[in-house]
Amino acid sequence: MKLTLKIWRQSGPTENGSFESHVLDDVSEDSSFLEMLDQLNEQLLKQGNEPVAFDHDCREGICGTCSLTINGYAHGPENSTTTCQLHMRKFNDGETVTIEPFRAKAFPVVRDLIVDRSAFDRIIQSGGFISVRTGSAPDGNSIPISKVDADKAMDAAACIGCGACVASCKNASAMLFTSAKAAHLNLLPQGQAEKDARVLNMVSTMDESGFGNCRNYGECSAACPKDISLDYIAKLNRDHAKAKIKKIFS
Amino acid sequence: MALTGLVLIGFVFVHMAGNLQVLAGQAQINAYAHSLQSLPWFILWGSRLFLLASVVIHAWTAYSLIIENRKARPDKNEVEVTKRAGWSSLKMGLTGSILLAFIVFHLLHFTIRTIYPEYAEMTTTVGSTADVEIHDAFSMILAGFKHDIISIFYVVAMFLLCRHLAHGFSSVFQSIGLRTEAWQGKLDLIASGYAWLIFAGFSIIPISVLAQKHGLYEFYDPSFFVSEASEKTNTSNLLNNES
Repeated sequence: MKLTLKIWRQSGPTENGSFESHVLDDVSEDSSFLEMLDQLNEQLLKQGNEPVAFDHDCREGICGTCSLTINGYAHGPENSTTTCQLHMRKFNDGETVTIEPFRAKAFPVVRDLIVDRSAFDRIIQSGGFISVRTGSAPDGNSIPISKVDADKAMDAAACIGCGACVASCKNASAMLFTSAKAAHLNLLPQGQAEKDARVLNMVSTMDESGFGNCRNYGECSAACPKDISLDYIAKLNRDHAKAKIKKIFS
Repeated sequence: MALTGLVLIGFVFVHMAGNLQVLAGQAQINAYAHSLQSLPWFILWGSRLFLLASVVIHAWTAYSLIIENRKARPDKNEVEVTKRAGWSSLKMGLTGSILLAFIVFHLLHFTIRTIYPEYAEMTTTVGSTADVEIHDAFSMILAGFKHDIISIFYVVAMFLLCRHLAHGFSSVFQSIGLRTEAWQGKLDLIASGYAWLIFAGFSIIPISVLAQKHGLYEFYDPSFFVSEASEKTNTSNLLNNES
């Protein structure tokens, strides 16, 4: 199939970016979106041009490294799919595909389609962990956890931290990411000791990083490749309110 | 945002229930209006200030959020798409701003009465228990809604309120952390039902006045609509005589 690619090019974080168009002939329907970009880069290199920089790692939908806003959709128009798992058969022959970086003030562009998502790492560093004594492994099942809680925590832990929630949010809010990362630990007994501090710190780091505010549109969950539920945002709001009230009275 | 929203969600229902007494006739609404007006000053002004503060805080937070959110996403996508959010959700700022303007107009119209100062002088003994002159809320409402443009503006504003509530009411549960996926559908349905109830309850008053004015249906005592009609016939008679 033949495609026209309208791609965002930006040579550095402080430079102004703009769109560049390239025509790519003979794209296999069976190739993934990233393989199609590899094909474009080979073509650009042969022509003596600078290849397009884009993020990728595992290419099997579990690492959260690939990004890209494709035709306006974070990770493309397919539901529950990362860019690396999106295949070219979902596009039409002769189509113009617009490819942009994830856009948010908290995700500055490094180069072309690569954005700096270290704001997510800072949120994790501020509370997305539990403090444990290191040493030999604890006995299995020494702390009983109900199946219901284990499942909910596992669903939250499915978040791969790709940032599609921020990119798809009209307000570049990181509530879905932060709520999933907080809920995953807050739901388990091991997470209880630091629960209040975790919620307060993660939310304040999120706010300081320049993410927007949640307005309950639900665009984040709709774009999420791992279908993280809006329930976790409600839970984060609930846990945050509780922690704040406790802080006032302590 | 959510807390002031909840206050206002509750207020519109009480306000609507109060207003609907217009349909029960002059005595009923005048007595109700008088009972509100004669509340002890600290309760009356306490509630007025509480409501006013709720509106101001609600609007202030909303505008600050909008400004912060614009800063959080300074560059627009070349292709902007929306997967899930509906019109009411996306246009909260627009509907809210129009409602803010409506609230100012509505207060000047019926509460402070600067737009038509003569409304303040409308008094009657109908609806008064002690047989003293009280404010004639009934005549004021009828006079107010006999203007086609004003009535249409009220109905449009109530439609926008309906859309604002549809997102706002369901959103409250999310913001205070009570919504879960299992309840989401039910809560959205409750919010939507509530929004349409408020729309119907408020709109029926301007619509009924207009309907009677244009001779479609008799909701109220026809004597309140006579003067205009007779004036019209008088002028037409005069014109006929002259010709």
